[in-house]
Amino acid sequence: MQLAENIPIALTAVRANKMRSILTLLGIIIGVMTIITMQSLITGLRKSIHEQVTALGSNVFQVQKFPAIHTGGDMFRKYRNRKNITLKEYEAVKEHVTAAKSVGAEYWMGGQELRHGEHKTLPIISVCGGTPEFIDNNGYEIGDGRFITPQDVDHNRQYVVLGADVARQLFPYDDPLQKEIKISGRRFEVIGVLQSRGSTFGQSRDTYVVIPIGSFIKVFGKERSLNITVQAISAELYNTAMEQTTGVMRVVRKVPPGEPNDFDIFSNDTLIEFFDNLTRYVRIVAIAIASISLLVAGIGIMNIMLVSVTERTREIGIRKSIGAKRRDVLWQFLIEAIVLSEAGGVIGIVLGLTLARLVALVSPVPAAVPIWTVVLGLLFCSAVGLIFGVYPATKAARLDPIVALRFE
Amino acid sequence: MLIQLENITKNYQVGTVTVTALQGIRMDIDHNEYVAIMGPSGSGKSTLMNILGCLDTPSSGSYLLNNNRISDLDDDRLAEIRNREIGFVFQTFNLLPRANALQNVELPLIYRGLPAAKRRTQARDALASVGLADRMDHKPNELSGGQRQRVAIARALVNNPSIILADEPTGNLDSRTGDEIMEIFEGLHEAGNTIILVTHEEYIAEHTDRIVRLRDGLIERDEAANGGH
Ligand SMILES: Nc1ncnc2c1ncn2[C@@H]1O[C@H](COP(=O)(O)OP(=O)(O)OP(=O)(O)O)[C@@H](O)[C@H]1O
Ligand SMILES: [Mg+2]
Repeated sequence: MQLAENIPIALTAVRANKMRSILTLLGIIIGVMTIITMQSLITGLRKSIHEQVTALGSNVFQVQKFPAIHTGGDMFRKYRNRKNITLKEYEAVKEHVTAAKSVGAEYWMGGQELRHGEHKTLPIISVCGGTPEFIDNNGYEIGDGRFITPQDVDHNRQYVVLGADVARQLFPYDDPLQKEIKISGRRFEVIGVLQSRGSTFGQSRDTYVVIPIGSFIKVFGKERSLNITVQAISAELYNTAMEQTTGVMRVVRKVPPGEPNDFDIFSNDTLIEFFDNLTRYVRIVAIAIASISLLVAGIGIMNIMLVSVTERTREIGIRKSIGAKRRDVLWQFLIEAIVLSEAGGVIGIVLGLTLARLVALVSPVPAAVPIWTVVLGLLFCSAVGLIFGVYPATKAARLDPIVALRFE
Repeated sequence: MLIQLENITKNYQVGTVTVTALQGIRMDIDHNEYVAIMGPSGSGKSTLMNILGCLDTPSSGSYLLNNNRISDLDDDRLAEIRNREIGFVFQTFNLLPRANALQNVELPLIYRGLPAAKRRTQARDALASVGLADRMDHKPNELSGGQRQRVAIARALVNNPSIILADEPTGNLDSRTGDEIMEIFEGLHEAGNTIILVTHEEYIAEHTDRIVRLRDGLIERDEAANGGH
């Protein structure tokens, strides 16, 4: 007998006891639903973080005074005694890090209100004093006009490149190029507009402007810490570049051997790592819930299969009397158990996907379904059916035909 | 010789008591014989039929079917023999309630491993031969007792078995329906089948060629039927 012949038999049996089957399946449905919902939300989040939070260009990392992500409240006390990062370190990194393709420097000043005629922005604009490497190392592209050149930096020109949002706010109707805007009371000529980077979790990423670093120092001074962005020559040299940079920084800052760094290195991976750590516990809890309900479901399936075998003792007798072998009966009930748990798996997946969609609809959390979780979920269901179906199916297969036929 | 029974005994252990159902049966049955087994209730008729049908194994003695020693065979070989060599018709029909007539008749062919299309035509032919061509997709509970027994007979003969065994096939039917069933058996016998049936009714036994009478697990008499052909 072919194994597939058992599938219609199993479907008939499952359908004959609809209510009982559904109740039995609740455990599996809940387990699979939990896994699918959690996985698709976490994966969705992870994906959007990948896409949007990639704060830096590819193969780029950034040296900064404070850690980018801080857990625990004591962060300020712990890090504020660190020395500011200065242009001296920037020059050293630029000179000695041979694995670097380009090294950029950035000063930042937040909370600025920019003006053009009677138009003004909200006082939330960040002003960056940067070098020409800014655009590449931060993964931006020029939308209109041009970016700051080395000559602009050398001559401390009063030029500004606008983020897309700033351009929209100050120049709702006309072309911003060659117009003048005021930053902290000083005049700057607009030479370019950056392409929009969209928003991350509702926060715009286009609310700043870039001016040559020397011009920045003239306006805001340099009593602040510098960010140094380093782009490695290639992906292979990324770690080398990071090691070289760390070494150079420690030498220039005179960090004694054995002491921890008194600066931080931030990369795209930092955020993703942070997020993965954050969601690890959510994943563990989800897997625990799912495992427990799959276990409960398995016991339920075993129970209902035992009932089913007893109820159908006569049927087993009839089948054996006309030539069913042990393995025919064994597979009949194993496949019935698997079909039962797969039915639960499919319902669980559909509910899980629906739930994830709903959450994605009413919250900024996106949903993405990794196909492997669906496959894995279905495999798990089959395994549950198989494992917990073995005992009842063996019991059925071992029945003596004549005893089974006499069963009332 | 199709069937050779030598000193077949069967004991049942019920608690501490041993019940002897068969005390030593010797019997030969040849191809195309038509045999009735009779005897009072509890004389061992069903026990003997179950052993003949390879549903049960004797406590001692030897059973040769087509010169194969049945007692040497394992479970799966016995299942194969039940599938290929034997067609069993029960007093209580023993059809699968959720399957329709055609599916019930197909069942032995499924276990034999025939492909679906072949199964279907063979099962159809078998049902047609018992006069149920127009009831193929009826479930057992949508059929009369006589029709159910005819489905059971179609299932028994669909695999072209060496023997058809019927334990009180008319026991649950009225006499007119019983006669119709007996006519089918007669036709099968004439077509060359070997048939062994158990009955309590003399007039039914009269249809056969040979009557084996049991009493207390022993053969009391083994004679030609006077109504025989
Ligand atoms: N499974 C069993 N366990 C114990 N004793 C049994 C079993 N099956 C049959 N017997 C005993 O064996 C004897 C023969 O039973 P069997 O069913 O063969 O009789 P029978 O001739 O078919 O009777 P009936 O005409 O009533 O069907 C009886 O005494 C019965 O009690
Ligand atoms: Mg009987």
